[in-house]
Amino acid sequence: MFSMDLLLGAVVLGVLLGCFYAAVSVGLSVSFGLLDVPHVAHPAFLVLASYGVYQLNDSYDLDPLLAGLAITPLLFLFGLLAYRVYYETFEKRGSDAGVRGIAFFFGIAFIIEVLIILQFGVDQRSVTANYIGKSWRFGEFRVPIRQLVAFAVALALTVVLAVYLSKTFMGRAIRAVAQDEEALRLMGANPVRIKQFAFGIATAVLGIAGALLIIVAPVEPTLDRAYIGRTFCVVVMAGLGSISGTLIAAIILGVAESIVLTMFGASWAPAISFAMLLGVLAVRPQGLLGR
Amino acid sequence: MKRRTFLGGAMAVAVVGHGSSALAQQPPIKIGMSMPQTGGLAGGGKASLLGIEIWRDDINAKGGLLGRKVELVVYDDKSSASETPAIYAKLVDVDKVDLLFAPYATVPTAPIMPFVKQRGLLLMGNFSFQVNSKVGHDMWFNNAPWGPADSWAASFLDLAQKAGGKNMALLTADQEFAQNLALTARDVAKKRNIPVVFDQVYPPNTVEFASIIRALKAAKPDIVYVASYPPDSAGILRAVNEIGIGDDVKIFGGGMVGLQFAAVMSNLGSLLNGVVNYNTWLPEKSMYFDGTKEFFDKYTKRAIEAKVDPLGYYLAPFGYAMGEMVAAAVNSTKSLDQKGIAKYLRENEHKTIVGPIAFAADGERKETATLQAQFRGVKDKDIEQFRSSGKQVILFPDKLKTGDLISPFEAARK
Repeated sequence: MFSMDLLLGAVVLGVLLGCFYAAVSVGLSVSFGLLDVPHVAHPAFLVLASYGVYQLNDSYDLDPLLAGLAITPLLFLFGLLAYRVYYETFEKRGSDAGVRGIAFFFGIAFIIEVLIILQFGVDQRSVTANYIGKSWRFGEFRVPIRQLVAFAVALALTVVLAVYLSKTFMGRAIRAVAQDEEALRLMGANPVRIKQFAFGIATAVLGIAGALLIIVAPVEPTLDRAYIGRTFCVVVMAGLGSISGTLIAAIILGVAESIVLTMFGASWAPAISFAMLLGVLAVRPQGLLGR
Repeated sequence: MKRRTFLGGAMAVAVVGHGSSALAQQPPIKIGMSMPQTGGLAGGGKASLLGIEIWRDDINAKGGLLGRKVELVVYDDKSSASETPAIYAKLVDVDKVDLLFAPYATVPTAPIMPFVKQRGLLLMGNFSFQVNSKVGHDMWFNNAPWGPADSWAASFLDLAQKAGGKNMALLTADQEFAQNLALTARDVAKKRNIPVVFDQVYPPNTVEFASIIRALKAAKPDIVYVASYPPDSAGILRAVNEIGIGDDVKIFGGGMVGLQFAAVMSNLGSLLNGVVNYNTWLPEKSMYFDGTKEFFDKYTKRAIEAKVDPLGYYLAPFGYAMGEMVAAAVNSTKSLDQKGIAKYLRENEHKTIVGPIAFAADGERKETATLQAQFRGVKDKDIEQFRSSGKQVILFPDKLKTGDLISPFEAARK
């Protein structure tokens, strides 16, 4: 059953969903895309941030987005620590450390999952805010306000991070370390400290991303597993390390998912998303905006 | 695989006084099971286990079974079907348990059915759906109130047709339990000449349901039957509230897993109003039997400490009832002979805290006692409201009914 209205609605909802995917993937674009850290615990960090937001919202009735901002410094420190442990135990020890690093981050992800269960139990948790559960009407078409909020915040987050990485001294240093670590070392800079700082930034943005995650839908301790595929798909499709590419790839994924869900049947959605990834990589192995 | 052995409380042994020496001298009766304590089914698994533990403590306080203490041997199956075959083999061959209880839910239970049939072992089912339909094991007894396979969909469609519903939309999770429900719903609809105008299966991990609900709304159904799992149930209801479902819809719900749990109900609050959904036990007058109130008094206290569902209506009393049925069978046959226990369970009606239970030849209930209830007058962020009657009015079965359907769905939501 084809309807132009349905298709248009699917595209609009897909763009909103895509921006949300960009927000939850952009940290990984830095940690995996730029720093080459096999950060499979990224979605677990994201869920942990959501629980932090839940705690502040539940205890102090703080708006989820403000709560996300409030935990950002803590996440930054957590990111610094996580990278330092990873560097000392794996990265420093040679070229095969990458594979073992995956095991390290898998371990971290499981530990986070168990800690969340011990602290919060296994039930779903959600937050309250006056923009959750309502929608804006445009004639017959209705858009969930939580999706619009996620769209606007995700867009802002991605733009801010892209500007930071391209215009500031530290941002350029992060890009430089991604391109040629040795050259940076020869110039007297400490690439490990820069990478540690960058990993801190990648983790800090999860404060806002985690807030969006729990605004869009309730969270539960094992939710990270649902996002491993999606976030890595977005980052790889974007071109490793490209922030603007992350936004474009996420929107493509969101729109594709939404159109398939609406027009062709929900069971095809994951297959189509990953088929698109394979298609893009076949034509451009470096990803959409990769160099 | 982490082993957790739950010994009967020493205090309970001390209380029984004279009988305590006998309890201490004889080896305990071991009941083995896996239970989802992590993963997607953990919320239900933990509540179910607490119900069974309360039964164990009660029976041990009364002197145990056949003068022996009851001990539970429990492993976490992580909600995974791949874990349970090894766990049950270990329970039988290494731990040498005397009796087996099944884990909560269909997915972890299905893979152990061939094993128990091959070994000729009694298995007390714990809320699986139709796992014995193809295996045909004659020593399987499900504690769930489901009854005949098609009764679930039939009761929902009865209500829908009485409200004037003529065509149906079907939205189901791509998962065994939901697909079993969908299968029977399609069959019943076909027999009654109800056209299915929308039939979508969504994959696990679907994040956003707004697109699906828009497509469903465009099909203009007047019956919407949803078979979903907990994370999705919340997402679907949120999307319905935001996108709307259309004025034609007479009845919405049916098989949404999750809306029976306190945390989900509290999260969704007023979004639940109007939804007609299945349930197993509700705090309505018609649902209290001998021992029901005492059970919930104990459960409510222990649930806080155990960090499990504070209401515990859906699974916990049925875990307790499973123990009650086994206790009655063991005491009546005065043995642990599994064939004898199975014969007793098959041939008798059993008094439990969830009402009388009688089994059909396939080990499911002879008659369905699955409730269809409509949420009414639910407010936001208040778990305690669900302890009072009237928040979920029972529409089916007739003998437990406490009210009539309010239709159409949009009117019932107000």
